[in-house]
Formats: sequence, structure tokens, C-alpha cells
Amino acid sequence: MSNISIKDDEVDIVIGALEPDLTYFLEEWRPVFSRFHLIIVKDPDLKGELKIPEGFNLNIYTKSDIDRVVGSSPISFSGYSCRYFGYLMSRKKYIISIDDDCIPARDSKGGLIDAVAQHITNLTTPATPFFFNTLYDPYCEGADFVRGYPFSLRTGVDCGLSSGLWLNLADYDAPTQALKPENRNSRYVDAVLTVPAGTMMPLSGINIGFNSELVGPALVPAFRLAKEGKFRWETVEDIWSGMCVKVVCDHLKLGVKSGKPYVWRKERGSAIESLKKEWEGVKLMEEVIPFFQSIRFSEEAKTAEDCVAEIASLVKEQLGPLNPMFARAADTTVEWIKLWKRVRAQ
Amino acid sequence: MAAPSTPLLKDELDIVIPTIRNLDFLEMWRPFFEQYHLIIVQDGDPSKVIKVPEGFDYELYNRNDINRILGPKASCISFKDSACRCFGYMVSKKKYIYTIDDDCFVAKDPSGKDINALQQHIENLLSPSTPLFFNTLYDPYREGADFVRGYPFSLREGVPTAVSHGLWLNIPDYDAPTQLVKPRERNTRYVDAVMTIPKGTIFPMCGMNLGFNRDLIGPAMYFGLMGDGQPIGRYDDMWAGWCTKVICDHLNLGVKTGLPYIWHSKASNPFVNLKKEYKGIYWQEEIIPFFQAVTLPKECTTVQQCYLELAKQVKAKLSATDPYFTKLADAMVTWIEAWDELNPTGDVAAKLPNGAAK
Repeated sequence: MSNISIKDDEVDIVIGALEPDLTYFLEEWRPVFSRFHLIIVKDPDLKGELKIPEGFNLNIYTKSDIDRVVGSSPISFSGYSCRYFGYLMSRKKYIISIDDDCIPARDSKGGLIDAVAQHITNLTTPATPFFFNTLYDPYCEGADFVRGYPFSLRTGVDCGLSSGLWLNLADYDAPTQALKPENRNSRYVDAVLTVPAGTMMPLSGINIGFNSELVGPALVPAFRLAKEGKFRWETVEDIWSGMCVKVVCDHLKLGVKSGKPYVWRKERGSAIESLKKEWEGVKLMEEVIPFFQSIRFSEEAKTAEDCVAEIASLVKEQLGPLNPMFARAADTTVEWIKLWKRVRAQ
Repeated sequence: MAAPSTPLLKDELDIVIPTIRNLDFLEMWRPFFEQYHLIIVQDGDPSKVIKVPEGFDYELYNRNDINRILGPKASCISFKDSACRCFGYMVSKKKYIYTIDDDCFVAKDPSGKDINALQQHIENLLSPSTPLFFNTLYDPYREGADFVRGYPFSLREGVPTAVSHGLWLNIPDYDAPTQLVKPRERNTRYVDAVMTIPKGTIFPMCGMNLGFNRDLIGPAMYFGLMGDGQPIGRYDDMWAGWCTKVICDHLNLGVKTGLPYIWHSKASNPFVNLKKEYKGIYWQEEIIPFFQAVTLPKECTTVQQCYLELAKQVKAKLSATDPYFTKLADAMVTWIEAWDELNPTGDVAAKLPNGAAK
């Protein structure tokens, strides 16, 4: 098994700042983050100065930067969507993004889990979307392909995206968390697996890594709920963009992995309050699923950009009539691709 | 909140064990298995006496019994291969089957506690599966887990679970080439998860530690023609798994994999394995695309109908790979005929008693 060695300067860590004081967050992550370049994007709605401790190699983007680069555009980078501006500005191959209310988790021996290293491992080892391996990731130490796994499928394909998990506050929706307010995730599942081709999944944006060269444009900040808020319970922007990434990866024969690494997600907000405010996202998912499950790209769609352009027109045509939010998402997607191309050309 | 206790299902579940050696391993399983009825399928020389440890309630079938009961249809049951175990599925009268190999022992979880594999299989089989959408926190019905944000509510009821596929600590289920290259590798990783294998995805099903709902999927669990007189071995459970998965996908049933673990103690000889698997390694390159492309007509609404349709397609599309597949397709039909004969539907089928021990 080859040793993965990528240079630290191939990685950007993009953090969306939804709270102004990042001291605790960055100090907790310092042992893991300090080697890398960070891009911190301040939520344009956030008032007050960001507080950031010394000793990090970073770029900070605020509302004025966003306005300068993006100009007038239907794309909103408010709230959790601010991180997409960071993806846009990054020139690195691998991007890791973690919510600012998460700190490193600890393994069963109390050691700090290096989430960045695990995402990098996931992204730089092959994925196996065409046949399920019952021992999960066959490329990790101590595991392999099981009997019955066809040999021609053992070289795998490139991994486009790595989706991590969360201990303590799991990424449940508001109704679920409100029903079980004491429920905390304490189960550490020691596995990474490839989500099979053709299978849909809800991609949480809380703890992800991706290969920007392969799938960058497919993480689209297109879908905003009318009353989207500053808690994950009040958003589905990542779920939408995750669907886009998955169908794009399936078409381009890239893999999406799920499982480790875990992060520790701190208590924040109230599920019941969020539920009272916004649960439209939950209803809208019902319309969105059959659409994504039946997407077929044309043969000409050879890159993530091509695919995303096709998604935009399919959304406009098929979902637009159902709800103006979808029509807006389609338009925003078209703008996003233009913006992505423009910024990359500079 | 106290966890609800798992029903024992002791009158609804049979444990099917193929053996050619002995059943000493049952001593270790006694606390977990003693309350259940066992169906022992004795492979190899029928004149050998297999001793069953005291206190177990069982029925035992050797080759003479299989020939007597099935007559000419006995040709579909393999000889000199653990594939013969599927005879046990056929003669069982229970709703659930658990099958385990005689070199599999009780494993320990990371806290050092003995794992009651049977109880976990029962939990897996009694809770729904979620093949239509992947849940990133794995089985949402397990204690301490749930559906994640973004999981559509309309899919949260799940579908009935037909198969529970368990895993193995210590000797992993590798093929011969992998065994030869990594003779010392042991599976020491305890992955605390059960998950549904998504619809449209096939997988390599291992028969070492397997539970299933016989009422829902039984007739699809034919372990093929292997062993004596056959050009291939160690693909029995694989074949059953591929057939079972496409039928489950068609009938909207679920297949789970993951917990429970058992401790697999014996590594079989990799050179012997290589000879058995050799043809399979080439054939599976054709077999897999075949199963990935299979579609079953809407009119197939029972497992038997699906299976017979599959047999037709195997004969039509895989015979070009090797004449073995013509024989296999015929055996698949014979299997269904034998199954229906031994398991007639209607009043006659109601609650027949267990077979008697020898």
C-alpha cells in the first residue's frame, strides 16, 4: 500500500465565521491547523470585529471583499453560505471545511483526532463506488477487499468528497432533535466507506473535505430557505449542494466517502426554537429527492462545471414550477458557474 | 430510558449448521444457542457419526437423508462443500434462519463482553431497513442513533429486513490470492455499525454468520452447485448473495450488514482455496455485470417467480461464459421445485413439527 504524501501547501482549510470570537475554536484546533493555510470568511451579516489568535497562516475575507469580488449578484453568501466564498477564492487542490462550533474529538484512548489528516487520507486513497466491500475501506491498514469482490474493480476511482461525522450533537434535523432533546451521539464507528454509485445521501456540511480540482464548482450555494437562519437546524444549503456533488460524482465516476473523521460538535441553539421558526426545508426535501434520483447527464458533460450547468437547467425546468425557491436556485447556480469561471480566469 | 428487550424467537428461528468434522464449537455457543432448534447438515461420508453435544434439540441430515427426501432432485444439493447447508433452509419450518460455520466462535466486544451474535441478528431482522437513501449515521433504528438532517421523512418507515449479514474478527473472509499475499493479516477492527446496503448495489455475501427471514426470502438462498464434481468452490454464498440482493431490490426488501461479529478461528489452506476459486475469479468478471444489469419483470411478485426468472436469464446470458451455468440454471429450477414440494403453501403447510433427532 503506497504512503500518502501530499504537501501541506496543497491544502486550504476554509472556516465560515458565524460567531465573531474564534479564539476557543482555533486554539482547540491549533495542533491540527497550524501547518496549513486557513481561509476565514466572516458571515457578511455578522457585526463586530473577528477575534483571531496569533500564529496562524491565514487570509480573512469579510463583507467588503465579497462585495468587491462578486459585485451585484443573486448569490447570497450570508450565514453558513459564507464558506462558499472561501472555496471560490482558494487555489488549492484540497479543501477542508469545519463548522466553527466544532472542536477536535478524542478517540477511545483520549488522543486528539486529527480530522484534517483523515480527510486527506480519504481524499487521496481510491474510492470503490461500484461494489460494496463488507469490510468497509479496503485501503486502510488491516483491511482489504473481501472474497467475492471482483478484481477488475479493485483499483477504485478518485475520491471527490469526504464527509465526516460528529460526536455529541449529531446533525439531526429540528423535529428529530426536539423530540429527543437529550439524545447525544456517543457511538464512535471506526470506519470509512464509499457511498455506492446511484445511492443518494444527505451530505452534512459541518465536517467535509473535497478535491476542488475535481468537484469544486459542484458545491453550489444555491438553495436558501426563505427564513434560513444561523443554526444548522434552519438550513438545507449543504444538503442541496451535497445532492449536486453526489450526482456529479456518480456521473464522472468519482467517489464520495462517508464515516471518519469525527469532530466534537458543541451545544448551540435550541432545536425547539428552530422548529418553531423554520421547518420548511424538511418539507421541500420530499420534492427534491425524486428529482435528484432521476437526473441523467448528457454525454457531453465531462467536468463538474458542465454537470452543474445541466443541473441548473433541469432544476429550472422540472422543479421551478413547483416552488419559486427552486427557480431561484437554478438562476443562482447559473450565476455561480459564471462567477467560478471569472474568478478562476484571474 | 431502558432499552426494550429483544424477543428470543426461540420457536420461530432455526440454526442451520453444515459440518464435516465435529460440532465441538457448540459448547462455546451453548449459553446463546441452547434454547433454539438446530438443523445439522452433515456433509461428506454419511457413515461417519457426528456427535452433537448434550442438551441441544436438533435434527441431523446426512447425504443419505438428503437423497431419500429429495429423490432425483437431490442433484441440486452440493456434496463435499458447505453449500449443502441450504438443504437445512429447505427443510426448516421456521420463519427465521441463522447459519454459522463450525469454526466460528463467540467474539468479544471492545469492552471485553461476549457478543450474543444471535440476538444482534434478531434485532437486525426485526427492525426495518433503509435501502432507498443512505443514512450517514448508519442504522437509524439502533439505540442512540436516528435519521440525520436531510433524510426525507417519507422514507423513514423503511422496508422489511430480509437478510442480516454479520462479520468476522480474527481470520477475515479473504479470497485465496489475498490470503497468499497477506497470510498474517487479522481483522482486529470492531466497527460498531449496522447498515443497509443500498438498493441497486450488490455485495459479496458471506455465509459464515448470516441470518435471514425465511418467509420473506428463503427460496432465493440457494447456495448453488459446488464441491464434488463441480468446477468451482467457495462461491456458494456469493452466488446466493447476488441472487438474493437483486430479488430483495425488486421486492423492496432490505439487506443489512455489519454487527454482529463472530470470532473466525480457522484459516483454510490458501492453495486449496485457490484451486477451488480459480475459475470463479475469472467468471465473476462476467457474473457481476450480469447481476448489475438484471431486471425482473413487474409480474414477478413472489420470490419463487423472481428466482425462476433469474434462472432463465442465467441460462440465456451466462452459458456463453461456461456450460457450468447451464447446469447451474437447471439446478436453480430444481431447487425451487424441491422447495415448493417441501414447503407447500396453504393449509397443509401450517405448523409441521420439527424433524426428529437421530
